[in-house]
Amino acid sequence: MYKDPIPMKKHRSESDAIRLAGNMKLADLLDLNPNLLGVLTRVGLRFGFGDETVEEACRKKGINPQTFLLICKVYTFAGYMPSSDALRTADLRDIVTYLHSSHADYMDNALQELAGQLDRMLEPCDERYKKVIWRFFSAYKEELSEHFRYEEEVVFPYVQSVLDHVGDKGFTITQYEENHTNVEEKLGDLKNIIMKYLPQECDDRQVSEILFKLYLLGMDLEKHTAIENDILVPMVNRLEDHEN
Amino acid sequence: MKTSSRKVLLIVPSIVVAKGLESIFNDLGEFEVAGILPDVGRGSETRLRNIEADVIIIDPCVFSYAERANGRNWLSDNSDAVAVALQTGLEGEETLKAYDETFSLYDEPTTIIRKLRAALEGRQESGKTEGEELSAREKEILVCVAKGMLNKEIADQFNISIYTVITHRKNITRKTGIKTVAGLTVYALLNNLIDVGDFE
Repeated sequence: MYKDPIPMKKHRSESDAIRLAGNMKLADLLDLNPNLLGVLTRVGLRFGFGDETVEEACRKKGINPQTFLLICKVYTFAGYMPSSDALRTADLRDIVTYLHSSHADYMDNALQELAGQLDRMLEPCDERYKKVIWRFFSAYKEELSEHFRYEEEVVFPYVQSVLDHVGDKGFTITQYEENHTNVEEKLGDLKNIIMKYLPQECDDRQVSEILFKLYLLGMDLEKHTAIENDILVPMVNRLEDHEN
Repeated sequence: MKTSSRKVLLIVPSIVVAKGLESIFNDLGEFEVAGILPDVGRGSETRLRNIEADVIIIDPCVFSYAERANGRNWLSDNSDAVAVALQTGLEGEETLKAYDETFSLYDEPTTIIRKLRAALEGRQESGKTEGEELSAREKEILVCVAKGMLNKEIADQFNISIYTVITHRKNITRKTGIKTVAGLTVYALLNNLIDVGDFE
């Protein structure tokens, strides 16, 4: 449903993504893929970075540049599969920190803004319709929050315990992988409902803005899931193997 | 409107029945026999795949008693055709329900044609056609889905097979672009197919 800025066939190797490198200017990186704006904010890189390279900016902030680049690659190349070398040079703590701040960003910013916009957009609609769409949105929000809560309360602490070499014997990252549910489907439904079936009373500009936001959020969540499945899981898997 | 004949594949062990059906189709037009399989033994899968049939008429007794429940699956695995069961004996209701339509050895020729037509229309309604409007049957099924009914319950209510329900649901999703039950419920409400009152 969502188009990648630089479409590539599935499962590209590392060499395809080589052009995202540490010596690249941060500004050039964003020019290449503006969807990385959100990533930048989440890892805490501030604007006004002048001509700093990715490496310089990351070091200043205390982030492993390879981790940051890995996340950028997932965002930029469709079907990107990190090589085991790329996974080895990245920092698992940084990945967890990034996922954690993404969760907060989705719940505290993206969904809040969406709720406000939805509220304004539905203003002229019949009370019945308002209620129906609103209920769908609330249920989605609850589902997403539940999904994140599980990761925050079960998965991330487990990853921490593996990092601290006190691995929890009752849990493995594979269990998480197997139960990792799809959180984009309902969002896609919301997009289609608003785009195709919304009562005519709504203001087109407002509808268009919401749709734009839903596309972006959908794309972002898709990448978020890819980071969890293709980076977090294999990295933890490797550590687990070392433990045993 | 005259359309070209629909191809029928017969999977019936009785040559008398096969010839009888062939003669009915010759008399009434609209359908023609594209092939006859007397059994579902070795090699029949390949033939099933190679014959481009619109409809398969099958006597479920070609399957042994143990295989019968899975017979419909086997057909779907090997062909996209609409599957109509020919009732020749005392096939159980459960067996027959898996098929898109059923007719009996004692049905009038016109009844047989009508039933074949209905089975094909049911499929068309739910499939191949690219029309984006939901058909009347799809709307009925959508309402059931929105009300939280299970596929099995929907199949029982309309006396159709679970496969047909699944096909309908796939088409509903394809046409509306909505995948989740919660989303379909919103769709049904916005389009006044169900009442908010049904949910309170």
